[in-house]
Amino acid sequence: MLIPFFYMLREGGMKTSVTELLTLHEALQAGLAGQSVDDFYFLARAALVKDESHLDRFDRIFGAYFKGVDDSLSDLMQDIPEEWLRRQAELSLSEEERALIESMGGFDELMKALQERLDEQDERHEGGNKWIGTAGTSPFGAYGFNPEGVRIGQEGSRNRSAVKVWDKREYRDLDDSVELGTRNIKVALRRLRKFAREGAADQLDLDDTIDKTARNAGLLDIRMIPERHNAVKVLLCLDIGGSMDDHVRICEEMFSAARSEFKHLEYFYFHNFVYENMWKDNRRRQSEKTSTLDITHKYASDYKLVFVGDATMSPYEIAYPGGSVEHWNEEAGAVWMQRLLRTYPKAIWLNPEPQARWDYTPSVKLVRDLMDDRMYPLTIAGLDDGIRSLR
Amino acid sequence: MANDRFTGTSSYIATEDLTMAVNAAVTLQRPILVKGEPGTGKTQLAIEVAESLGRPLYEWHIKSTTKAQQGLYEYDAVARLRDSQLGDDKVHDISNYIVRGKVWEAFESEEQPVLLIDEIDKADIEFPNDLLQELDRMEFFVYETKKLVSAKHRPIIVITSNNEKELPDAFLRRCFFHYIKFPDQETMSQIVDVHFPGLKKELLSEALNAFYKVRDVRGLKKKPSTSELLDWIKLLLAEDIPPEALRGENSSNAIPPLYGALLKNEQDVHLFEQLVFLDRRNNPQ
Repeated sequence: MLIPFFYMLREGGMKTSVTELLTLHEALQAGLAGQSVDDFYFLARAALVKDESHLDRFDRIFGAYFKGVDDSLSDLMQDIPEEWLRRQAELSLSEEERALIESMGGFDELMKALQERLDEQDERHEGGNKWIGTAGTSPFGAYGFNPEGVRIGQEGSRNRSAVKVWDKREYRDLDDSVELGTRNIKVALRRLRKFAREGAADQLDLDDTIDKTARNAGLLDIRMIPERHNAVKVLLCLDIGGSMDDHVRICEEMFSAARSEFKHLEYFYFHNFVYENMWKDNRRRQSEKTSTLDITHKYASDYKLVFVGDATMSPYEIAYPGGSVEHWNEEAGAVWMQRLLRTYPKAIWLNPEPQARWDYTPSVKLVRDLMDDRMYPLTIAGLDDGIRSLR
Repeated sequence: MANDRFTGTSSYIATEDLTMAVNAAVTLQRPILVKGEPGTGKTQLAIEVAESLGRPLYEWHIKSTTKAQQGLYEYDAVARLRDSQLGDDKVHDISNYIVRGKVWEAFESEEQPVLLIDEIDKADIEFPNDLLQELDRMEFFVYETKKLVSAKHRPIIVITSNNEKELPDAFLRRCFFHYIKFPDQETMSQIVDVHFPGLKKELLSEALNAFYKVRDVRGLKKKPSTSELLDWIKLLLAEDIPPEALRGENSSNAIPPLYGALLKNEQDVHLFEQLVFLDRRNNPQ
């Protein structure tokens, strides 16, 4: 009898598990809830909700289910994405683009049109077809499009994120599989630490020796550990702007938390792809640039190079001179990338986009080829693999 | 069953939802995880549960350096080394050097005990994971003596957390969960009532008004909680402050006396004084 309720909770984005459902049944069988709905509510809450931030959501779903009203559930599903979308859009839109949207009747109008169009699209393409890539131009013309390969801003990826959010299934993914959460960051940090401490076991571990000797009832048992190698130097290059901002923040946090484990940690920002300049302060990106050549001269080749970016852009931006969206670049991004890789043989690219989606974007393939396939997803497993290849 | 139901005690007011969560945990012998603002009586809960059910209480306070293993047992290798140097006969039996932890003690208890694991979020991030098996099966293996220790009576386990770290899902699934909401004014007056039975009605309501007003000040780093309120009332009583003094001439801009007991942070005190000052300037009497 509680099974539909259980699925409703899960549909509502809660991580309720089967174990918890069984616990609730067990409790009901033990006669804990008695006859009152209030008691049942308290019991269900204690058994099914494990995070106070989900209490509100639970209340709404509980109310909806036990009053037989499912409208509130659909509200629940739609409220959040819009907020999220709005935030995303605000992040990635420039002043001009915002003005353009205003002239189109404001954000709300636009969103409404967008949603209608998406509903249609969703029905027609239910086989899992990736219509996003091809339909990318027409529905979202309002905020910039790409006639003949001229890119304006972050258009391509913004379309993508808009679609992603409105599609319910995807939204749920977003909710419960935040790739690197606070807990995960710490676990991931361990991996970084491990690689900062690698080396030959050539130091006497006094504590462990005493411990092991004592355990041996006095027979000497010498223990060695690797010296704490703090020799790891990291050059971190972050793609900044638009869709990448959230990920960049996570990466910065992650690496600066691990900072004490590295001998040096230097970071630079780039937009979409590396060219002749990078910068250290995003607010002064126009005035205070650092030449990429200077970087390669200043930081020796024992630095490990870590790129973080979604590698999603027009292939022109990588392959051709003048392909950059921000300025006229004399030499193609690929040339600069090769220069960097020649200087820093140990390099990886961390991509926050899910790996399954990489194949749909030609630019990701280009970058992977350039990187000799050393592109890893920004997940614990990906980070693990990446760090292994950096060793 | 009747005497197994927890309903709060003479010194602890438990809301209906809290009693339900506790009773569910007691009946199904699952751990209960309690979260809530600091000072809302999380740790007190375990003590009160033990008292009201008449069970022995084992408290395990977690620190940042605590390992899960320490709750089970520790092997005192140094003592054994010393004994071996002194030629003590004890050295041949390794079980002489196994020091029991709190969990083991609770497992050995002759009647069903209450085990408090206090502030589990202080420990290392893997700590809860390391205890999964022990809490689930209520048994663990002592490698040194090759002995399996299982609980004589499954303890009632109360776990508190201050949310400093997220707890792993696998761990959460095995627990009942309760978030202690900050009590509303009605519950609060009950709480104060059990602590200060003879308190004058007038003083109580004035004190609560003043207290909730302080809590409502925006931007406080640490809002005063139940335990601070109780301290404050104790002070008010000790100083014999009349209810009228709490009201002030104009209720909106009076500083409650002895407010140092409510605000524990320098910046908060500063902010509060500033607000009151501004308020006075805007509404001169």
